[in-house]
Amino acid sequence: MNDVTGMPQTVVSVGGGADLSRAILRALAGRRLTSALLAGRNSANLQAAAEELRALAVTKVETERLDVTRISALETFADESARRLGHIDMVLIAAGELGTAELTELDAPTVASLATTNFTGPAAAMTAFARVLCAQGSGRIVVLSSVAGYRVRAANFVYGAAKAGLDGFALGLGDALAGSGVEVMVVRPGFVKTKMTAGRKTAPFAVEASDVADAVLRGLESGAAVVWVPGGLRYVFGILRLVPRSVWRRMPG
Amino acid sequence: MSGERHGELLAGWGRACPSAAWVVDARRAEDVTACLSEPGHYLARGLGRAYGDAAQCAGGTVLDCTALDRVVDLDLTTGRVRVEAGCSLDALLRLIVPRGFFVPVTPGTRYVTVGGAIASDVHGKNHHRDGTISAHVERLDLVTPTARLECGPDKDAELFWATAGGMGLTGIITDATLRLVPIETSRMLVDTERSADLDACMARMSETDADHRYSVAWVDSLARGRHLGRSVITLGDHAGISDLPAKLRDDPLEFNPRQLLAVPLTPPVSLLNPMTVTAFNEAWYRRAPQKRSGELQRISTFFHPLDGLGNWNALYGPRGFTQYQFVVPFGAEEVVRRVLERLSSARKASFLVVLKRFGAAGEGHLSFPTAGWTLALDLPLGTAGLALILDELDEVVASAGGRVYLSKDGRVKPEVLHAMYPRLDEWAEIRRSVDPQGMLASDLGRRLRLAGSRPRRSSRAFRGGGR
Repeated sequence: MNDVTGMPQTVVSVGGGADLSRAILRALAGRRLTSALLAGRNSANLQAAAEELRALAVTKVETERLDVTRISALETFADESARRLGHIDMVLIAAGELGTAELTELDAPTVASLATTNFTGPAAAMTAFARVLCAQGSGRIVVLSSVAGYRVRAANFVYGAAKAGLDGFALGLGDALAGSGVEVMVVRPGFVKTKMTAGRKTAPFAVEASDVADAVLRGLESGAAVVWVPGGLRYVFGILRLVPRSVWRRMPG
Repeated sequence: MSGERHGELLAGWGRACPSAAWVVDARRAEDVTACLSEPGHYLARGLGRAYGDAAQCAGGTVLDCTALDRVVDLDLTTGRVRVEAGCSLDALLRLIVPRGFFVPVTPGTRYVTVGGAIASDVHGKNHHRDGTISAHVERLDLVTPTARLECGPDKDAELFWATAGGMGLTGIITDATLRLVPIETSRMLVDTERSADLDACMARMSETDADHRYSVAWVDSLARGRHLGRSVITLGDHAGISDLPAKLRDDPLEFNPRQLLAVPLTPPVSLLNPMTVTAFNEAWYRRAPQKRSGELQRISTFFHPLDGLGNWNALYGPRGFTQYQFVVPFGAEEVVRRVLERLSSARKASFLVVLKRFGAAGEGHLSFPTAGWTLALDLPLGTAGLALILDELDEVVASAGGRVYLSKDGRVKPEVLHAMYPRLDEWAEIRRSVDPQGMLASDLGRRLRLAGSRPRRSSRAFRGGGR
């Protein structure tokens, strides 16, 4: 059960091998986490994530191969997660892929695939879990969005557009779930130094995965519906959103 | 079954982690029996005054017992009352005070049900003299998933003591018989005095407790340094007829408390923050007399001052609040100081901190009070660092042989709670005998694994952070 300070005891992570998920779960292990189910595409990453949680005395850690783009598997996975964990306190949606925004590399299948990984799959997974959490009468979905979705820019517009969709979907789902006991928290990190962004030029306000984890925990404690990392980006993007398009177009990658 | 079930989001008094359940109105004991005949998870709920998640059962069925509220029998010659479990202390007092009786134990609010009071094994300002409410219960009717039975200290005592303080997880109380306290008037004779610091307050309480039936101290949680623990002690006894001035003697048992005001809506942020609480505490302390004795106060003023302000819990804003209440044995006074120091140095505002001396523990397996000092602090949630500070304080309390109160809790670590309540395994055994399928469930019980196996206590020193 989630406690009054917002801390979960059981967590399912979709994209459980990703650096951000790993950092968030490590932080939760320092609070109340006792059971975790990690799902993702890459077995080696899942195993590594599971090992570090076991080392932090999380009693029950399980892994499951799951490709979030295989939509037909998601409902079954949500039901199966509830059976394996008992009550699911928190679902973390951390799956995502930066992909490319180079026009020379983009084609229709690539765009469709990035859209599925970053929007369709995660949104479908949230829907499947929302149904399970509603039946439980309580629970929280934490979704990793991105500032890239707040105002889409040329440098990563495919990823950004998908995150914009996911962000809006999550906010809408959260509102639709009002009164059900299920809450949705949207996390909007800026540039995070992880495997996903390795090799890219570090953007201003760059943070580490552990900063995102700290911000998520603070968000859970304060009951925030939207968490920016770092917090100041809320104001930066409030202004950037107003920048004329002629200028925005030239924002460096 | 009376009425349809409907889905509802239920929260504790602290309004912090609501969960949805199917709610069924229980109007008669038969409704409870009928309900429990179907498989599922069930929990009784009264007036929802437990601060945390004790009266929530996410995804299950919550029996709203507030309409199971008849007074079955009131025997004025022996001073006994038999009431249905959903009867509130408010309703009961309105019936018995004008007839010359008082409840044996009342918590700080009249808006609790008799069933809820027994399930929490509530205490009052007279704990040092009279113990908890279960010490005054003669018998109760309990509906378990397998039976409908009667128990009391003389009948099926094990089950009775598992139920007193058992948080509703050993069965649904439908009816109880209480021994009442005779009173001559509805007024209290109250002595009030200020203490400049914690040591003075504790010394004074230890001296004066024995001479008064009721005693409690309010402590200014934000006073620091040499003012740490400055407090206002109130000592009370039921006034006799001869204590009343002539104009009150015509109707010495008059009792008609009214709610003066209600908080109309939830403010967007907590109105109780270090600034407002500091101002309030200062005023409260200054307003109290240095020493005053023999003041006449109404029952409601003395016992239930916050009942005058409806929905006062909304003042904490949408994020809600928690109450941290613990007890430590006599000799561990240092823990009380440490808790106050820690919270006051972190500027965690607490409005109305209550300090009291408990008498000997009762027999309930999970009953909270044990001989020693109890401190209760209301803390707004959502402020940075609070969760970790409370975790740290739990360890201090547990290692001093103390414990936190389940009816107030919403966040203790399961393994720490199990260390605080050594009779938990014994209780879980009794619970299994009456509810082998584990049909009676609450969010609190699940969170703290009350019925399950003892959680592993890790020795790791990992704290917070994701690094």
